[in-house]
Amino acid sequence: MVEGVLNSNFIDINLLNALYLIFVGFVGGLVSGFIGSGGAFILTPSMMSLGVPGLVAVASNMCHKFPKALVGAIKRAKFGQVDLKLGLIMGASAEAGVMFGAQIQEYIKKTWGNAGSSLYVSLAFVVILSIVGTYVLWDAFKSKNQEIPSGEFEKPDNKIIRFIHSIRIPGTMVYFPSIGKEISVLLTIPLGFATGMLAATIAVGGFIGVPSMIYILGAPALKASATELVIAFVMGAGGSFKYAWSGFVDVRLSMLILLGSLFGVQLGAIGTTYVKDYMIKFVMGTIMLIVLVSRGLMIPVYLHQLDVWFHLTPEVIKWLKILSFAINFTALLTGCLIVLGALIKGIRKEKAYLRKEALYMAEERKF
Amino acid sequence: MERAIPKPKPYKKFLIFGILSVTLYYLLITHQELVKEFCSKGKYYAFFPIITAFIFSFVHGNFTDAFWSVLGVEPKKKRREVK
Repeated sequence: MVEGVLNSNFIDINLLNALYLIFVGFVGGLVSGFIGSGGAFILTPSMMSLGVPGLVAVASNMCHKFPKALVGAIKRAKFGQVDLKLGLIMGASAEAGVMFGAQIQEYIKKTWGNAGSSLYVSLAFVVILSIVGTYVLWDAFKSKNQEIPSGEFEKPDNKIIRFIHSIRIPGTMVYFPSIGKEISVLLTIPLGFATGMLAATIAVGGFIGVPSMIYILGAPALKASATELVIAFVMGAGGSFKYAWSGFVDVRLSMLILLGSLFGVQLGAIGTTYVKDYMIKFVMGTIMLIVLVSRGLMIPVYLHQLDVWFHLTPEVIKWLKILSFAINFTALLTGCLIVLGALIKGIRKEKAYLRKEALYMAEERKF
Repeated sequence: MERAIPKPKPYKKFLIFGILSVTLYYLLITHQELVKEFCSKGKYYAFFPIITAFIFSFVHGNFTDAFWSVLGVEPKKKRREVK
């Protein structure tokens, strides 16, 4: 029985696979550190392109992520960026969302097997990445034209935020320091739930969590991304445990990805200090759209495996798999090169500046 | 001569956590079958991947933190623009 489960869920890891996973983790971490959070959207599809079933890829990704989120949350709490109350309250409803989402995942896996699970995860990726990727790229071009200096964050304000702040439901009002206003806890429930549901589906909940805290609740961007780490930890720990309880977490995958990821995440975070804000968004949008194409190519293959609509020849399946893998690899390489390129250029410029400054000081001392 | 004192590099942390990290990964790779079996069992064995993730994160996180500092890759320092 155990043997059967092992064979279908857990892939064999040889040296080549292990190196690929470490590289994937490194790029995922690099992008994660560079864009603040959410680099995990690279990891799930990359694991799947190795043949890992969708559900196992999501579960293993989640398991590598939540202790990292805890470390990140503690670090950023020291800078005063974390709103613990908001994080824990949203985290509680996110937990419910994760449990619900995980239940759906497990039902799909039980009913339609690995192909059904992979199809579900891929479809979710295609929908989410096409919406978020296009928006992020559009925002990057807009920011570039407006020349917004890096690291500047304004307090968001729009009609929705004003409406949310005006609603008063007695007995449910809580003051959130990051927002500076009282908001009804009931209004945070659907946002947290959706964040958790998405996390259980693709292992990245931040795509909903962060924008909803900014554009609906009115939290500043920097605080929203830091608070998201608390939510990610709460729902990640619960979700991982739920998946592990059913035997879907392959901790070998999680730890190999973690190996590269922790190197990458710190380098990526250092990289942000050398580049402008729009550059970060540009990298994120570009990678998202390339990953989306890679996942989209696999949809006909899963449909064929499920025996619906598509009937492909083995030759076509083989080529679609190779193409999907190659495109995914291109996305990783592109992200890696852009971030490392920006980092090297920034460090060189900084060194040249420091040399100039030292020369200037030496000249000044002469006179 | 005036010169900013450079921060000492964390060689000790790098070495200790480096050795621990290599040991942990060596154990993971060489005991793959056992790890696979524990992970697939589910139920109370769920504590195995969760605790493993915490231990690896702590050890490897400390190692990578020291790694970039030892290599001299540091964030850009904030300063006033000098023309």
